[in-house]
Amino acid sequence: MAGISPSVDKNNLWGGGFSPFNVSYGKIMMWFFLVSDAFTFSALLISYGFMRHRFEELWPVAEEVFTHFPFLHGDHPLLYVALMTFILIMSSVTMVLAVEAGHRMNRNGVILWMALTIVGGLIFVGSQAWEWYHFIHGTEWGALQLADGTIAQWVDGAKNAFTLPNGTTMSGAEAAAMIQSGTEVYGANLTVNEYGVPLFGDFFFFITGFHGTHVFSGVVINFIIFVNVLKGTYEKRGHYEMVEKVGLYWHFVDLVWVFVFTFFYLI
Amino acid sequence: MDFDRTAEYAQHHGEEEGKKMRKTIWIIFWVLLAVTTVEVSLGLVWKQWGLNWQFVKWTFILLTLVKAYYIVAYYMHLKHEFKNFIYAVALPYIVLVLYLIVMALTEAIYVHGEDMIM
Repeated sequence: MAGISPSVDKNNLWGGGFSPFNVSYGKIMMWFFLVSDAFTFSALLISYGFMRHRFEELWPVAEEVFTHFPFLHGDHPLLYVALMTFILIMSSVTMVLAVEAGHRMNRNGVILWMALTIVGGLIFVGSQAWEWYHFIHGTEWGALQLADGTIAQWVDGAKNAFTLPNGTTMSGAEAAAMIQSGTEVYGANLTVNEYGVPLFGDFFFFITGFHGTHVFSGVVINFIIFVNVLKGTYEKRGHYEMVEKVGLYWHFVDLVWVFVFTFFYLI
Repeated sequence: MDFDRTAEYAQHHGEEEGKKMRKTIWIIFWVLLAVTTVEVSLGLVWKQWGLNWQFVKWTFILLTLVKAYYIVAYYMHLKHEFKNFIYAVALPYIVLVLYLIVMALTEAIYVHGEDMIM
C-alpha cells in the first residue's frame, strides 16, 4: 500500500498545512478511539485474571462448561468457539478485501465483500446468543449449592452423592444432611452459577456481552456504510475512506475476540 | 478555511498493485487460520500428551500475540503508516497495559485468602 505520499516534503512535515502523520483526521480519531477501547477490554481481561487467581480452586474450567455443538450430541469442548473464531477471522478477511476494492474504486467489489462481512458478523452474534442460551440454561442435572455457597457436582442422576471442588466425594447420611441444607441450582446468571464461582458467570456475561455489543454495533455501522456504497456516495466523493474507517473498527472487534478466546476458553 | 483534507490522504492503487495486496491478505489469512488451528489442537491434546501446563499456557499467550501482530500490522495497516503515528498509537497502550499487568501480578498474592467465596 502507498507509504509516503509524494506531495509531502519530509523535512517540513510539522510545518503545517499537511498532516504530519499523512493520515486523515477521521482515521486518526478512529485509531485513538480504538486505543481507548483497547484499554477497557484490557482492564476487563486483567481483572478477570486477577479474580481467577483469587479463586483458583473454585474456578470452573471453560472447556468443561462450553461443550455443546449444534446438531451434535455429547461433549465437544472448544469446537464451537473455534468455529466462532473462524467466522470472525473470515469476516475480517472479507472486510480488508472490501477496503482493497475501495482503493481501486471498484464499487461492485466493495458491495460484495461488505455484504459478506455483514453476514459473517450476524452469524457470529447469533452464535454468541446460542452460547449464552446454553450457559444460562445449564446442564440436565444441575448442581448442588451447599449452605456455605460452595458448588458441588452430582455424581449421577440419582442425586444422592456429590463431589466437592477439592475432589472429595460425599455419600450416605452425611451427604443427605448437606443436600437437605443446600439448594439445587441450574445454569448460570449473575448470582448463581452451577459450574462454580458466580464471578465466572459475571465475567463471562460482561466480557462476552461487551464484545458482542461491539460486534452488533459494528454490523449496524457496516450496514449504514454498505447502504452508502449502494447509493454511490463514495463514488461521488472520489474515495472509499469511510469503508477503511469502519474496517479499522471491525478488525479491532476481531482483535479483541482473539484475546477473549485465549483468556476465556483456552487458558 | 477548508479543513477536510481527507481526499489528499485517501489511498488509491491500480490493478497490478491490488493483485499483490490481495495475495498478502490471503497469506495473512492462512497464517491466522494455522495459528488458531494449532491453539485449538493444543487445547484438546495437551493433557493426553502429558505436556506441562505452564508451557502450554505461555504458548497460548505467545500465539495470541502473534495473531494480534498480524491483524494490527497488516489488516489494520498500521505497519505501513508513518513511524511517528505507529508510536503515537502503540506506545501509550503498551506502557499502560504493561503497568496494569505488573500491578495485577505483584498485588494479586495479597488477596489470596480463604475468607470469602461469593
